[in-house]
Amino acid sequence: MKRIGVFVCHCGINIAATVDVEKVVKEVRRYPGVAHAEHYQYMCSDPGQKLVQEAIGKYKLDGVIVAACSPTLHEVTFRRASENAGLNPYQCEIANIREQCSWVHADREAATRKAVRIIESLVEKVKYDESLTPLSVPLTKRALVVGGGVAGIQAALDVANSGYEVLLVEKQPSIGGHMAQLSETFPTLDCSQCILTPKMVEAGQHPNIRLMTYSEVEGISGYVGNFTVKIRKKAAYVNWDKCTGCGVCTEKCPKKVPSEFNRNMGTRGAIYTMFPQAVPNYPVIDRDNCLYFAKGRCRICEKSCDLGAIDYKQKDKVLEEQVGAVIVATGYDTLPIDQLGEYGYGKLPDVIDGMAFERLLSASGPTGGEIRRPSDGQVPKEIVFVQCAGSRDPEKHLPYCSKICCMYTAKHALLYKHRVHDGQPYIFYIDVRTGGKGYEEFYHRVSEEEGVVYIRGKVSRIFQDGDRLIVWGVDTLTGKKVEIAADLVVLATGMIPSAGSQALFSTMKLAADENGFLSEAHPKLRPVESIQAGFYLAGAAQGPRDIPETVAQASGAASKAIALFSQEKLFHEPIVACVDEDLCSGCKVCISACPYDAREFDEKEGIVRVNELLCEGCGACVVSCPSGATQQKNLTDEQIREMVKASLGE
Amino acid sequence: MFEPKIVCFLCKWCTYAGADLAGTSRLEYAPNGVNIRFMCSSRLDPEHILWAFQRGADGVFVGGCHPGDCHYQDGNYKTLRRMELFRRVLQQFGMNDRRLRLEWVSAAEGKRFAEVMDEFTEQIRALGPLELGSGKGGQHVSSKKKSS
Repeated sequence: MKRIGVFVCHCGINIAATVDVEKVVKEVRRYPGVAHAEHYQYMCSDPGQKLVQEAIGKYKLDGVIVAACSPTLHEVTFRRASENAGLNPYQCEIANIREQCSWVHADREAATRKAVRIIESLVEKVKYDESLTPLSVPLTKRALVVGGGVAGIQAALDVANSGYEVLLVEKQPSIGGHMAQLSETFPTLDCSQCILTPKMVEAGQHPNIRLMTYSEVEGISGYVGNFTVKIRKKAAYVNWDKCTGCGVCTEKCPKKVPSEFNRNMGTRGAIYTMFPQAVPNYPVIDRDNCLYFAKGRCRICEKSCDLGAIDYKQKDKVLEEQVGAVIVATGYDTLPIDQLGEYGYGKLPDVIDGMAFERLLSASGPTGGEIRRPSDGQVPKEIVFVQCAGSRDPEKHLPYCSKICCMYTAKHALLYKHRVHDGQPYIFYIDVRTGGKGYEEFYHRVSEEEGVVYIRGKVSRIFQDGDRLIVWGVDTLTGKKVEIAADLVVLATGMIPSAGSQALFSTMKLAADENGFLSEAHPKLRPVESIQAGFYLAGAAQGPRDIPETVAQASGAASKAIALFSQEKLFHEPIVACVDEDLCSGCKVCISACPYDAREFDEKEGIVRVNELLCEGCGACVVSCPSGATQQKNLTDEQIREMVKASLGE
Repeated sequence: MFEPKIVCFLCKWCTYAGADLAGTSRLEYAPNGVNIRFMCSSRLDPEHILWAFQRGADGVFVGGCHPGDCHYQDGNYKTLRRMELFRRVLQQFGMNDRRLRLEWVSAAEGKRFAEVMDEFTEQIRALGPLELGSGKGGQHVSSKKKSS
């Protein structure tokens, strides 16, 4: 049997005034297993700690209980002291007889009795405590960043600048994301591409960043510090090692298809680069639209390429890479307007969304920056903007506020006025939300100085009448119905998680909220981490947000990964679940009880194992186990049973 | 006067910290409960409650984080479900399930912890002793798991 020492602290008079410490010592000394007991005025002082350490040697103690204040205060102190005296720190426990006894009870006799019970229940715990050492494993100091928008670019640059390698995976042929599509950014009206492209180039040329565009993450296994990722590099049908990005092939391609980058206004070839500043600036062949793949004839791009870079036989490649941390920055899409019946299901050519309007405003857009409507290329003289198109509409569409639409609509109206001086913009809104630095001032500038008419109310219907669009709405401030004949309508559609992100999240076993955005580990205190260790969140994949917030969060996520990589080994608290392999029936109930995915089924042995590095030690699985095969280290059922017994004075 | 014996199973993050706050705020309450600290209330097996009753407890208190505040995502929801089911078992044993109390007490609710302790102690006092614990009580409650 273990030889246990009990050290009762007076805490000056904080404990001793209510608890009869001498009597406590006398009583617990008689308790089975207690080899030594004493009391002292300030146990946490240096002489107090020394007293514990000396007693460990003198009485050959293999378990220590310090009856003092709450373990949150001095558990670490006494565990360290015990360790220095040659005792495993997990053989030291704290009996909380101050906060949970002497300070809350007045009756000396009752408090003394309770202090004895508390100590005795911990004697029972220590009797069964195992000597544990913190778990440690080596780690791969290399990050995977999924998504090459501004969030992914920023996170990749931050990690790379700290000296660690980064794998930046983007599903499109170029990095840049939605920010590359924007014209100017609110409220400062910086040209979006002018501030983004230098970052794209930096990411593309950084010695620590390996860019993998036109690639998708297919699978991930392992755990924090030690992930194996499977990445599919889609066939571009162009050998990027030979290509110089001269662009001749893209000009010569006879097939013209609508350009997705330009929101289907304007065209691209079947071989194309997404936009002129693409990084990497190499083309891909869109197999579905290529004449050669459809009919076996054409090969014009091949003939036009002096370098022989066109390779119709190229195949998808699946690569396996080792990484230690994953930053998820898969971004957003906007709600497709064909889901909005009241606004014409996307069938009215001059009802476009905000992103399409960005392309009309952009100098590199389909109209070279002139605002011309899609149907007939006329300059619209009256234009209606509809805010909250799909947002804040829990009955039919998105229940949440998409956060950026008030600001980008104000920006759209302003930029429109700057280009079409005699034009009249109208904005329908529910509320105008301008939370951000300089946002409210920007809104006032637009609403007061620029002649933009704000109408508080919703639009009920939009329909075509000749070459104009009739917009029916209501002004809720006057209570009157409003009808506007407009040349162009711009819908501020809400943000939704990017296409394909849900499948990716489930591949990565990451939790998403009811709207499909990634869930953070704690909404206030751990906003850039996932509950799954080693996964960090950046940008709009976690919820609607603007560029400054996205960049800040990306840097936050990167710094979490950097902090992880700054360690030589990963250490983890050893109070984890364990499995008695002889008792485990492989029923897998524990797998569903574990919020950390720390349970793995061993197909060969037919049992479930615990990944100790992922286990956070909550103990939920122990209770779920029907055969009693699972226990929690140093809080086994046996310990709990004995603690219960002792706490009742049995 | 009958002094009830109460075992309290508290989660480390919320209710145990709430009990500490009651201490630092010097709030006096009934000394009948002895606290056992768990990492999470979801570590609590209904069997532990049976052991307590079997060994002489007149009441069992379970404290966890408020819904949505669990340090381990949803451990408190697991506890809630298990407790609701277990109440039925207790009733089938012919026991008054008011001897078992589950409360969400946050780390900021020291005052509430003290109040709940007083209230629960009085509630158990009114119910009187549970006569399972007289040493003969063992056979009234059977154990699911093999004790190892």
